[in-house]
Amino acid sequence: MADGKLQAGPDGRTLRLSLTGDWTLAHASALLTRLGGLTTAGLLRDHLRDGGQQLARLETGGLQRLDTAGALLLARLYRQLEDQGFTVEWPAPRHEHRALFEYARGCGEAVTVWPEIDGGFAGFVRHLGWLTLFFAREARRFTSFIGEVTETAILTAFRPGQMRFTSMVHHMEETGLKALPIVGLLSFLIGMVMAYQGASQLQKFGAELFVVDLIGISVLRELGVLLTAILIAGRSGSAFTAQIGSMKVNEEVAAMRTLGLDPVVVLVLPRMFALILTLPVLTFFADIMGLVGGALMAWSTLGINPDLFFHRLHDAVALRTFFVGIVKAPVFAALIALVGCYEGLRVKRDAESVGRLTTRSVVQSIFLVIVFDALFSIMFNFLEI
Amino acid sequence: MVEATQQDAVISVRGLVNRFDDNVIHQGLDLDVYRGEVLGVVGGSGTGKSVLLRTIIGLNRPVTGSIRLLGTDMINGSPDELRAARQRFGVLFQDGALFSSLTVAQNIQVPLKEFYDLPQDLLDEIVAAKLHMVGLSPDAGTKYPAELSGGMRKRAGLARALALDPEIVFFDEPTAGLDPIGAAAFDQLVRDLQQALGLTVFMVTHDLDSLHAICDRIAVLAEKKVLLTGPMDVMLKAQHPWVVEYFHGPRARAAAITATLEERM
Repeated sequence: MADGKLQAGPDGRTLRLSLTGDWTLAHASALLTRLGGLTTAGLLRDHLRDGGQQLARLETGGLQRLDTAGALLLARLYRQLEDQGFTVEWPAPRHEHRALFEYARGCGEAVTVWPEIDGGFAGFVRHLGWLTLFFAREARRFTSFIGEVTETAILTAFRPGQMRFTSMVHHMEETGLKALPIVGLLSFLIGMVMAYQGASQLQKFGAELFVVDLIGISVLRELGVLLTAILIAGRSGSAFTAQIGSMKVNEEVAAMRTLGLDPVVVLVLPRMFALILTLPVLTFFADIMGLVGGALMAWSTLGINPDLFFHRLHDAVALRTFFVGIVKAPVFAALIALVGCYEGLRVKRDAESVGRLTTRSVVQSIFLVIVFDALFSIMFNFLEI
Repeated sequence: MVEATQQDAVISVRGLVNRFDDNVIHQGLDLDVYRGEVLGVVGGSGTGKSVLLRTIIGLNRPVTGSIRLLGTDMINGSPDELRAARQRFGVLFQDGALFSSLTVAQNIQVPLKEFYDLPQDLLDEIVAAKLHMVGLSPDAGTKYPAELSGGMRKRAGLARALALDPEIVFFDEPTAGLDPIGAAAFDQLVRDLQQALGLTVFMVTHDLDSLHAICDRIAVLAEKKVLLTGPMDVMLKAQHPWVVEYFHGPRARAAAITATLEERM
């Protein structure tokens, strides 16, 4: 592993350039500096001034290894000499050196091989326009997907034999039963936090007992269902996208179509109905756990015993409050399942898009869940419920 | 050409044993690959061709056995030795295995940037040279792998495998999934590069045309070891039933006829 070297000097009236050592990647940086020094040193000019002829000779007897980087540098040297008007001769090059050199010369100038970055204000505007069009197109496609699923669901209602009940029960287990521990634990904790924070404020007014109203209304009406929906969007919506997406990558969805199976019937409907059935149940469970968490905290920090807590709850919170919360669950479930399946079916044949669309599916379904929650609030307010 | 370099084994595998749970893949496998040759490795499905390749390049740790690659012990070598050895071979995986989040040009520069500190203009020149070598146009460099056809992805993968000017290149079924014209062109490319750069090629393949067209020597994997090695005429004379079936089946005859015709032309 000898260092790659380049020496230049007059040899009679010829400019002699002698290449020694390894002209390889490992020495490329050093050689590049040397090559740059060759022109700036004015060596070529000096050679001409001293009465030398415009003839250069490359001596590569001492050249050991030459790789692509070395050959490119050699090609640069060659070009530099020719640009100065020299005639270059290269007597007796080794066959493999010559071959590589010809390769390096043949590929010509380096091209800019980076994707163009659309910068500046114009780029920002273009990007904004692109995004707007993208969202408009997505919204249209998603709407038409909802239409397709609705149509298929209605048709399937008339032919119940088509419905995949086994698959549906499987998804109910996956999205419902197996989610119970995490949903229960989280709403229990949220109930506790609400009670604790509420208590410390209400104590200032001596209105400790109202912590029951606070927990009852907020958990039953909003938090239980919203928390559950967001958790399920992250847990099951992403799973739907990933499952269907990897089936797309594997061309299983295409195979399904050619076998006369409708992916909406086989993949989307079981998932959607499973979630529509399980999310209200999960929400109910979350409501209970939230109340239990709140009751426990109220007991330990405010001394409101459970008996008093639930008595007060019965007076303060109407059954309607519970229904206002739980009625949202099937709608959120449908949104999460539709977004999850839609993004899964959008996956192309490369594995990278599975990851990208799974992320998008989670973000979109959480976004839609919160938007629809706001819409529900407005609607209930309007209806004076 | 092969005779002259017979002594210089750049890869030598001795007593290799690979086992996954109770499933024995290799039992005492020996294999030598000589400098400057193109070795084709064939064998039925499940005979462990790809496992052998992955074991030699250090992606799979064998139960026992020794592997020397360019003098480096690939099983017990120190991390530094292995790192040095990895710069001296390149691998083309089946579908190119290009990093999908990088452009082709960035893919080719990954090993260059990892091992060397070079100015960007030289890096760009090296990328252009590698693209030229594998027969891709310069604008392919700006594309992402997903935008390329299967054949172009393979070429781009080869350009990345050649980035560090390796001495040995491993191919895992290079012509799988290519149409016959594309496959023949890829074979020719491998042959040209092998001769121009003096490469040693280790190729796992099913393609009888490739075996005829570019392989100096063939190694048959069967019965958990290398059953037979030698040039094509040795294969054609062999008596082992699988070898007979493989090299004398209907597809083999067609490939042989094509090869003979091409030699006459």
